[in-house]
Amino acid sequence: MLYTLLFNLLKNMEIYSGCILLLTNTVCGNNGVRVIDLNNELLEVRDLTTSFRIEDNYYAAVDHVNLKVKKNEVLAIVGESGSGKSAFAFSLMGLHNKAKIEGQILYKGQDIANISPNKLNKLRGKEMGMIFQDPLSALNPLMIIGEQIEEILTLHQPRLSSKEKRDKVIHLLNQVGIPRPEQIYKQYPHELSGGMRQRIVIAIAIANKPELLIADEPTTALDVTIQLQILELIRDLKKEINAGIILITHDLGVVAEMADRVAVMYAGEIVEIADIVTLMSNAKHPYTRSLLNSIPTLSEEKSKLHVIQGIVPSLKNLPRQGCRFKARIPWISDSAHEDNPQMHEIAPGHFVRCTCYQHFHFPDQAEEE
Amino acid sequence: MALLEVEGLKIHFPIRGGLLKREIGSVKAVDDVSFSIEEGQTYGLVGESGSGKTTTGRAVIGLNHVTDGKILFNGRDLTKERRKDRQLQRDVQMIFQDPYSSLNPKKRVMDIIAEPLRNYERLTATEEKRQVGNLLEKVGLSPESIYKYPHEFSGGQRQRIGIARAIALKPKLIIADEPVSALDVSVQAQVLNFMQEIQKELNLTYLFISHDLGIIRHMCDQIGIMYKGRYVEQGTTNDIFENPQHIYTKRLIAAIPDMDPTKREEMIAFRQQIKSEYENSYRNFFDEEGLAYSLQSISDTHRVALPQKG
Repeated sequence: MLYTLLFNLLKNMEIYSGCILLLTNTVCGNNGVRVIDLNNELLEVRDLTTSFRIEDNYYAAVDHVNLKVKKNEVLAIVGESGSGKSAFAFSLMGLHNKAKIEGQILYKGQDIANISPNKLNKLRGKEMGMIFQDPLSALNPLMIIGEQIEEILTLHQPRLSSKEKRDKVIHLLNQVGIPRPEQIYKQYPHELSGGMRQRIVIAIAIANKPELLIADEPTTALDVTIQLQILELIRDLKKEINAGIILITHDLGVVAEMADRVAVMYAGEIVEIADIVTLMSNAKHPYTRSLLNSIPTLSEEKSKLHVIQGIVPSLKNLPRQGCRFKARIPWISDSAHEDNPQMHEIAPGHFVRCTCYQHFHFPDQAEEE
Repeated sequence: MALLEVEGLKIHFPIRGGLLKREIGSVKAVDDVSFSIEEGQTYGLVGESGSGKTTTGRAVIGLNHVTDGKILFNGRDLTKERRKDRQLQRDVQMIFQDPYSSLNPKKRVMDIIAEPLRNYERLTATEEKRQVGNLLEKVGLSPESIYKYPHEFSGGQRQRIGIARAIALKPKLIIADEPVSALDVSVQAQVLNFMQEIQKELNLTYLFISHDLGIIRHMCDQIGIMYKGRYVEQGTTNDIFENPQHIYTKRLIAAIPDMDPTKREEMIAFRQQIKSEYENSYRNFFDEEGLAYSLQSISDTHRVALPQKG
């Protein structure tokens, strides 16, 4: 208890004293205070339901999601478009305008789902940072890069002088690996390449050294070599600012490279949670297995890729009763599914929804048997 | 003889400036590119954005002006004869990247797929409808969908409508420009499988443009890798993936996310090694302007951009 208190004190100091402490922090590396804090829960989401209104009814895009994120951990959320993963991320940051949000989002024990916008604004951009998918639309085209990063510093650290702010911005630009920061400072977003823009978005997200970083498809719009650079950057930042990271992506390769734990989402629900090694080698839920089987890998010989039958149901047509994946694996008998699918802990930390995983096989395997 | 032979293709875009908007320079989007594709094969063109792969593909189908070079299709130069010969126009078709913007939202599926037929063949209304029905069946969509609009379909279905349109005139060569990069993985698998099926069925030849090396490896027989408008390496899929010679190719392959999380540390070390190799040997692989040299053969199938010996 005393240790945690001490740590929080240290953390607060660090935010204000800026780069000097950061330097010492990196020097001491993984020893010291940090280790004690490893098991600290940063974020706990309880029964989060985000519903959108279509005509006169509300439909849940995120349906009773329960998740925990620890410090210094990368939790990946994987799913196809329409699975609700981005809706989930936006709910965490309170970015939905007209959605109905139920349940609790506990950030360090404080429920941020139902706090006033003012209080939320104090957290957003300071303790919680977000990296958006499309850097071109996340940046203001009429503002120079330097001002855009300064904006978030001004908002949360109003006492900084303009010279201090400028120095900090240059430091941030250096930190995210931008060459010639003094020059870039004065440029507009359209003058930069996609990879550079994404770095600017990351610089804004980490400007106030957030403890929770939400990255929504941070590399989807980028080339592989640039993607690698951005992923390496996020990995370094994780070490440096000791943050918990929620990585939202549809790319299982990125997940395999980055994540510590993975939550797989389908039709608004989490269907499987496991640590990364278990998930890649011993996935259980039919959806996870189908996804893993549908990507062409570099090591495999040319063969047919697995195709998941049917399509991701639209929000209005989501099956609300029974196993939501049932319609896409029709060769599995109805009795294999639960009426009201629950998460089952089949190994420590490995949760799977519904019992259908026990009887699941791919259709071509059935012929062999 | 190869079905498609591209020889010394150059596509330069002028940079205008100064007082009278005179030409003051040019962007060499594609600079001296040569390759050939055998009938029934899939040729993969890989590169980062800005490497000129899409420009090359668009030049083959005639959407870009060609500055210099030849594009021989069955021995006939597309750059000169395309306008005169309607058969040549029919034989080369394209599948576009984004199935959301490449289908006219105001047209019904019937009109979208029938458009090439209406342009090139004189069919009666019933005959046209029958053919569109056949095409839809071929791409696995129900016949009633001819009266629907594009927004009523999912991404994968739309891409299949795009494919139905591309194969309507029974082409010999299809240029597929990033055909699956806008799609989800499971849908991606569906479209790739389907492209392979119709390739066998109709004996199609593909020029497959993509930045995703996993997909390229899965689909292609031959691969060409482009960087800043030039070729850096060309060879069979095996040559490129098992025995990459150019440092750029090595770096590109090393950057592919690895699916095995237990090898993470190894991969980090491996990439570090490639990175330092890249920095150390940069001079050996690129000239003063940072461009690749011209290709030298190192085996029957494998060519690499290296400086001239001696």
